[in-house]
Amino acid sequence: MDRLNGYARRVPTWVVYGLGLVPLALLVWGAVQNSLGVDPVKAIEHRLGELGLQFLLASLAVTPLRRVGLNLLRFRRALGLLAFAYVSLHLVAWVWLDMGLRWAEVVADLWKRPYVILGMVGFLALLPLALTSTNAAIRRLGPKSWGRLHRLAYVAILAGVLHLVLLSKVWTAEVLVYAGLAVVLLGVRLLPRRSAQGRVPA
Amino acid sequence: MSRRLTWSDVTPKPVWLNRRHLITGAAALAATPALARIEASPSTFSTDATPNTYEEITSYNNFYEFGTGKEDPALYSGGLTVDPWSVVIDGLVDKPGTYDLADLVKDQALEERIYRFRCVEAWSMVIPWIGFELSGILNRVGVQSGAKFVAFETLVRPEEMPGQQSRFIEWPYREGLRLDEAMHPLTLMATGLYGEPMPNQNGAPIRLVVPWKYGFKSIKSIVRISLVAEMPPTTWNMLQPSEYGFYANVNPTVDHPRWSQASERLVGSGLFAGRQDTLMFNGYEAEVAGLYAGQDLAVDY
Repeated sequence: MDRLNGYARRVPTWVVYGLGLVPLALLVWGAVQNSLGVDPVKAIEHRLGELGLQFLLASLAVTPLRRVGLNLLRFRRALGLLAFAYVSLHLVAWVWLDMGLRWAEVVADLWKRPYVILGMVGFLALLPLALTSTNAAIRRLGPKSWGRLHRLAYVAILAGVLHLVLLSKVWTAEVLVYAGLAVVLLGVRLLPRRSAQGRVPA
Repeated sequence: MSRRLTWSDVTPKPVWLNRRHLITGAAALAATPALARIEASPSTFSTDATPNTYEEITSYNNFYEFGTGKEDPALYSGGLTVDPWSVVIDGLVDKPGTYDLADLVKDQALEERIYRFRCVEAWSMVIPWIGFELSGILNRVGVQSGAKFVAFETLVRPEEMPGQQSRFIEWPYREGLRLDEAMHPLTLMATGLYGEPMPNQNGAPIRLVVPWKYGFKSIKSIVRISLVAEMPPTTWNMLQPSEYGFYANVNPTVDHPRWSQASERLVGSGLFAGRQDTLMFNGYEAEVAGLYAGQDLAVDY
């Protein structure tokens, strides 16, 4: 574990940003090459949403992993911002490519469709997190209230997973895996935290 | 993976598809349908909209017997045995029995029907089906006066249909029509498309096509047709009655609970093509609206 932490310390954060944008580059390349299948609009929309969920889950895994000794805290901001970027692009793909900028239908969906509403709740929950992701914002807010604000990530992952569950016609393995991971990552936060003094020596 | 050889295996697929393109183009120009593999006469019921490509129609399918992904049917339906094939026709008919497919089809006049196809998921295609009217079969077996509905069932063969190994749907897939809907001249039993025998992923060897209803009504790979007095249970209605009604008529004014049905995306029209308005009864209003006179389609959805 210490070796792993040692390696992780030596990885600059820009590497995470770079790797995190590779799927986006592949998607753009696929669209240009017309290799995204018969319905590229749905393929793009789904892939962006999927990536948003994956990076959100990854960012939420940082804290539980730290409790078992693996420290990836340096990468959490990158993971969170990548999640926000993919969720934003997913929203753009829905409004532009899927709905064809039919604003009346977009607004009607935002009013009437639980899964669309949940998707928007997830996006709106991530928005303040992205806006306060600078060091200056953390200083201004103070670490305590910054931390409290960033619990909105829990709202975002719940909204995101419910959004996926509601728009799926049947329970597929994929849906169960995302829902299961979200429940586990949120559930471990409810476990009582061992205080530093009370820690039993290993 | 075992698949029966057809003449198309002689020529590499891309060459073969290109040639088809040339042939269909030439055929359209010269109006000579003779080059199609299945002899079928054109129909006045055909739309003049441009059909989707063979590749689009055969590689983007909902056929949960082979998996829930749109690509799954094309990937996993190759091993389905479609010959021999027989269809049980039973219930309130004069001549019930197990009919061999060739026997069932032999006296029916095959037509090419280029129909609009609208999925409940708000996408659409245009598909050149080859088939004959369902009424042809029903008249032949003699529908008795007590029959009010027609019930259909899809093959159950989990060893060849991997999706059936999970139980998220109660197999067999079931669908049904009211008798007057079943007898309507637009209601087709399709055995092919683009002049080819029906590809497995599209419901080989014989499927229903009801062009004014959402696609899930058009049941695939039919092995049973039952004439019954009561409205039969249907798969999606059993699974989620609030979302999928028995009638499932394409109707832009009645939303699916989870999305609007006012518009649709035409598959294959490009990344930035946007949407088109959905037409009442998928554009077949003049032909079928009379079937529902006096019914509230917001209730009978």
